[in-house]
Amino acid sequence: MFISYDIDSAYDEMFTASGQPRPQYAPLYERLTSLSAEELYRRQRAADAAFLNQGITFAVYGHGDGTEKIFPYDLIPRIITAAEWSVIERGLTQRIVALNMFLRDVYHEGRILADGVVPRDLIYSCRHYRREMRGVHVPRDVYIAIVGTDLVRDVDGRFLVLEDNLRVPSGVSYMLVNRQVMKRTFPTLFDRYNVRPTDHYGQALLETLRALDPFQRPDPTIVLLTPGVYNSAYFEHTFLARQMGVQLVEGRDLLVHDNQVYMRTTAGLQRVDVIYRRIDDDFIDPLAFRPDSALGVAGLFNAYRAGNVGLANAIGTGVADDKAIYAFVPRIIRYYLGEDPILPNVETYLAYDETDRRYILDNLDTLVVKAVGESGGYGMLIGPHSTREQREEFRQRILAEPRNYIAQPTVMISRAACFVDGRVEPRHVDLRPYILYGEGIVIVPGGLTRVALRRGSLVVNSSQGGGSKDTWVLND
Amino acid sequence: MTKTPMLSRVADSLFWMARYLERAEHTARLLDVHLHSALDLTPAAAGRRWRRLLTALHSPLAAENVAPYAIAQALIFDITNSDSITACITAARENARQVRERISSEMWEQVNRLYLYLRTTSMEEMWSGEPHLFFRNVKEGVHLFQGITDATLSHDEGWWFIQIGRYLERAMATAALIDVHFCTLDSQDATTLDYFEWVGLLKSCTAFEAYCKVYTASVHPEDVAEFLLLNAEFPRSIRFAADMIQEAAQAISRSSVPHATARVERFAGRLRAALDYGQVDEIMMDMHTYLMTIRRMCAQVHDALYQACISYSADEALR
Repeated sequence: MFISYDIDSAYDEMFTASGQPRPQYAPLYERLTSLSAEELYRRQRAADAAFLNQGITFAVYGHGDGTEKIFPYDLIPRIITAAEWSVIERGLTQRIVALNMFLRDVYHEGRILADGVVPRDLIYSCRHYRREMRGVHVPRDVYIAIVGTDLVRDVDGRFLVLEDNLRVPSGVSYMLVNRQVMKRTFPTLFDRYNVRPTDHYGQALLETLRALDPFQRPDPTIVLLTPGVYNSAYFEHTFLARQMGVQLVEGRDLLVHDNQVYMRTTAGLQRVDVIYRRIDDDFIDPLAFRPDSALGVAGLFNAYRAGNVGLANAIGTGVADDKAIYAFVPRIIRYYLGEDPILPNVETYLAYDETDRRYILDNLDTLVVKAVGESGGYGMLIGPHSTREQREEFRQRILAEPRNYIAQPTVMISRAACFVDGRVEPRHVDLRPYILYGEGIVIVPGGLTRVALRRGSLVVNSSQGGGSKDTWVLND
Repeated sequence: MTKTPMLSRVADSLFWMARYLERAEHTARLLDVHLHSALDLTPAAAGRRWRRLLTALHSPLAAENVAPYAIAQALIFDITNSDSITACITAARENARQVRERISSEMWEQVNRLYLYLRTTSMEEMWSGEPHLFFRNVKEGVHLFQGITDATLSHDEGWWFIQIGRYLERAMATAALIDVHFCTLDSQDATTLDYFEWVGLLKSCTAFEAYCKVYTASVHPEDVAEFLLLNAEFPRSIRFAADMIQEAAQAISRSSVPHATARVERFAGRLRAALDYGQVDEIMMDMHTYLMTIRRMCAQVHDALYQACISYSADEALR
């Protein structure tokens, strides 16, 4: 089963450098070696069928005939010890608190800019900075209520933050469904471990949204705003709405009258207090932002500014997950909290900075270059895997718009055991835990482990052929 | 926690999903009976019957000098004709897709299966093979959907919107069908229609067997009218549909704002009374006017329902 499992310089989640299973993986390793490939295939098929039957699929664009695919699921769980999790939990809490303070500051006094810690023009040139949000009070001063932060592990096994997703992070439904499927396909194995549950995420999300009701009514009306059935994350929107027991609405279901948001129901208009919006800032209100948006609600921004409705996340949070601002997060943490960051950043060079830019251009073949406004693995140059033409293209792009590019050393991210083609083989993985920030910070123990299913690939994004696996956080 | 009312958009989609499926089934049924009985007709009679069929389906197509193949194709596969079977099933599926999380997955699968069946069937193949089999698949596909709906969906407000959509469509389509048989076309009087034509009408409503149980096999226009209009038990009679419409209107009213839906209930009640207390001999004196009244009343129910629950103006609702 493990015949073609090679251990190289990347940190292996399951084995030590000498090839011994790590203690937390020992029972899993033992179980896997006792199963035949046929047996694992059978369970893989059962798992795939469970996804398909539950309609946990995403639409394949360009097919009108209802072609749907499942997000590839890998059978073998990824295990995180209580000690490892405790570092992640503390590190993320620290980071989110600091980033939230940063957002509040940027849209109010701007102390951090006045003090020269973050360059002012980096903020104002950010595509996601919303001037309209200046001086707007948001409920509880919580800007980033729902966050999914991407972590990777370096060769020493240290967790690093790769990316903060502070706008509309997705994927949490897969974290929850992967667990349900896992319990069904490996019940006895699951039983042998003491895994911390994730089932309460829906409840925790609902509590977080309730906390954002500007009037703190006893029974606020909460809705989830989706772009609609053609959105690739539509399954997740329906799933979360069901988990919370709230209405799933589209822009056309809502209207604003007298700075108050209502939804159209068969029993008349009903007041809406909090909106968990899964629509980007640009599209949320055609009167305030993109006028060609048909997905949004005209007048929503004014209702928000008037303090009549809570939004998760707030508008303009993208300024804090800009990839150029990312480089400043350690300094942001020190500035607001006076603490050293618990989770380090990946070293980052800003093309915006002259010295850094020279370094980037001289080392295009070893660095990973990213466009600051893109996500999902788009707009990237992976130096070691690039051609001369691609490097030349990026050189021109960087020179044309230095503000839009950053570069990082190629991180040899950790690998986890995956069941591929009848064998267990290592594949590169990352980890996206989900952080909720309402009355306080809640991080459901676990996250979405994304897998680069192609051998050797470092790109885990689902849009680039990635898959996922269940992530177990153990109790002590 | 109080029960949250249904979104207007969802009610709208459920309503039209049901209407479009009912319409597709109606067209399939009419075409099936028509093609079957057209086999033993003279060319002149056949032309007249095609014209009648097209009128009953509100089709703008001309029957003259058009081959049956072309007419059938337009009624079945032409998606530019918004009333064709394929266009209706496509629209029903699109509505179902919009509310996929509200309906059961079994319902979604069935409407999708039906849609894919139409997408993978070609006109040539169907026409040269067994058209009857094709029509049966469409009809059964819709019936199965209705059965699955009743068996797997909670009979809550959403289900009542499906019911009212289905029966409004049925009442209006059946009224149009009866109209073309009883009312003068080309100065041709209803009394000259022969036995086979009346049987054809009954069969077009899958009513022949049910009719015989009540009136025996002796077929008289007045009895046919009475059965298709006023019979309380037969599920394709207009009276039966009116009962269902009223029941649904009352149920929707219970979960809505009473003053807004009062008009819906009133119109539904009037429609029902017009059928409950109808006298066939009086109706026969001016069938066309009577049927026009029934259709107008159905339209009133529809409009009132939309004004009360779906397309009301925000200003009015906030008053």
